[in-house]
Amino acid sequence: MWEYTDKVMDHFLNPRNVGIIDDADGRGEVGSLSCGDALTLTFKLGEDGRISDVKFKTFGCASAVASSSILTEMIKGMTIEEAQKVTNQDIVERLGSLPDQKMHCSVMGQEALEAAIDDYYTKSGKARSPKQEVKVICTCFGVTDTEIKKVVAENDLTTVDEVTNYCKAGGGCGGCKMEIEELIKEVQGSRAKIEHVVIEKPKKLTNIQKIQLIQQTINDQIRPMLRADGGDIDLIDVDGNNVIVAFRGMCAKCRMSEFTMKDVVEARLREFVSDDLNVTEQKDSHN
Amino acid sequence: MRLKGGEMNTVYMDNNATTMVAQEVIQEMLPYLGNLYGNPSSMHSFGGQVGRKIAQARQSIASLLGCSPEEIIFTSCGTESDNTAIRGMLATHPNKRKIVTSRVEHPAVLSTCRELEHHGYSVAEVGVDKDGRLNLDELNHCIDDDTAVVSIMVANNETGVVFPIDEIAAIAKAKGVTFHTDAVQAIGKIPIDLNKSNNIDMLSLSGHKLHAPKGVGVLYVRKGTRLSPFMLGGHQEAGRRGGTENVPGIIALGKACQLAADHIEEENTRVAKLRDKLENAILQSCPDSFVNGDTKNRLPNTTNISFEYIEGESILLMMDKFGICASSGSACTSGALEPSHVLRAMGVPFTAAHGSIRFSLSRYNTEDQVDFIAEKLPPIINCLRELSPFVSTSG
Repeated sequence: MWEYTDKVMDHFLNPRNVGIIDDADGRGEVGSLSCGDALTLTFKLGEDGRISDVKFKTFGCASAVASSSILTEMIKGMTIEEAQKVTNQDIVERLGSLPDQKMHCSVMGQEALEAAIDDYYTKSGKARSPKQEVKVICTCFGVTDTEIKKVVAENDLTTVDEVTNYCKAGGGCGGCKMEIEELIKEVQGSRAKIEHVVIEKPKKLTNIQKIQLIQQTINDQIRPMLRADGGDIDLIDVDGNNVIVAFRGMCAKCRMSEFTMKDVVEARLREFVSDDLNVTEQKDSHN
Repeated sequence: MRLKGGEMNTVYMDNNATTMVAQEVIQEMLPYLGNLYGNPSSMHSFGGQVGRKIAQARQSIASLLGCSPEEIIFTSCGTESDNTAIRGMLATHPNKRKIVTSRVEHPAVLSTCRELEHHGYSVAEVGVDKDGRLNLDELNHCIDDDTAVVSIMVANNETGVVFPIDEIAAIAKAKGVTFHTDAVQAIGKIPIDLNKSNNIDMLSLSGHKLHAPKGVGVLYVRKGTRLSPFMLGGHQEAGRRGGTENVPGIIALGKACQLAADHIEEENTRVAKLRDKLENAILQSCPDSFVNGDTKNRLPNTTNISFEYIEGESILLMMDKFGICASSGSACTSGALEPSHVLRAMGVPFTAAHGSIRFSLSRYNTEDQVDFIAEKLPPIINCLRELSPFVSTSG
């Protein structure tokens, strides 16, 4: 169960300004059904140039509804210039707080507002600084580099997990995590906390290192499995890429030991030590 | 649910998540949390009396399942039972590298299999049709000489759909492959007789799904099935699962199984009727709602209903205001792209999968509670539809 503030629950259970203004001056739509949340925000300007009416419709969880609802209260009475300055952090502050994994709900509110303002500028033919070229980084949720850099800067984010919490990027297949890291570095410089996403095999090993790693892999990864079956394994020698082992106990007598060796020992050693290892069995060992 | 005094009463319809511990079960286990704290392995009669009580519990469980007491291994939960069955079977067949399972298994099985995939095993996940029925032809096709174990659940936790487990087990057996089933949702709700279902080699059950406390489970292993232990330690459970027994939990489970045997008729008559009443009332009063899963082959206590264009967590939170407890397949977190792997495997569209709610009843539910939900739910659905940008409403 999520820990929501009273303010979040109030705006979720009694949402303000629900609906759609048909003759709106600005209309922004973000999100989609497949993403799990979506928001339509419409506003109308008064004669004084301030937002006189604003309405929203949201598909999503309690924090998505509450973020949208409180946003409408916040921007009513603002000029376009003032509304442009509203960040997702402002929404979170007004709500008290949001759980980490729900931060993207506040970002969605801010993005809908931005889309509605863009729409207003387009409709009224007013010039606005030309949009930069954007590149989609997270294809699962359709998040661009500009959006990622914005949440990183505005919320002072330093890790990929935080970026995922704030704008969903990286939360699907995870294939874009390296690119997200690069963007964090671009914004935060040395403050970026980069965890190695890819497990790397050791690159160049000396003979001693290789033998130690083979022995360690046999001890940790292979021996427990064989022992569970009443068998055991000994490392006899390492000759270049040729690893010579002997099977003991049940394994030595087992007709299947050739399969055991090929499929288990070799696969594990290739996985953890080096792709070009070959394993052979010393058959004439004494038991 | 409001009582006369005005305080909130819980209407608990989330029994596939966990169940209330039966009063009789609490009474049965209490002495073993108190004075009778001996270790059943000890060489004194103070511990020995506990050992005898565990033997009785083992007998009650064996009676419910139609097996012999030596075939019961106590574990800490359903997840441990599933892990033991799958990993233990792979360890005893080091020459075989494949696991066959289904796309709709509980994470206890699916996550285990997917993790094993990273260690060089191959996993075949058999699909289901739009009603959640397993594709038996695909299953038959997937099992080959390299397969160490087939693990397919009896009943699905989200939809309640019941698989033809004897037919499935027979397919595995015909190919000479060990068959495991996660029966966590089925035990106590539908009859299982392992004496008759003699192609099931291993079966997992969990105490807290049938009115015993959390922290106790069982792995049934048919006599003659070779299985490496998963948890190593002392000689408990005949060396098949080390670790000092969860004595109160095991005794509680024994009592709960006895009660389950007494009440299984009621589950399939009174509880099923309550479920049907609830389901029909909701379908009639809420437009754009439908049931997920094969209603002909389903647990008597479960209904999974999709409400189109709205989101599950919102429905749950609004019901929570009235003390109504249910659950949703949808989880709105940053990392969750798919709403529910079960509903997605069935091809339920996103418009409906995000708004799925599972009600799961027990013998402790009443008709008044069903009426209460039938009254409170439609306004909640309406309210959220008015908020949804995918529904056009005036205003």
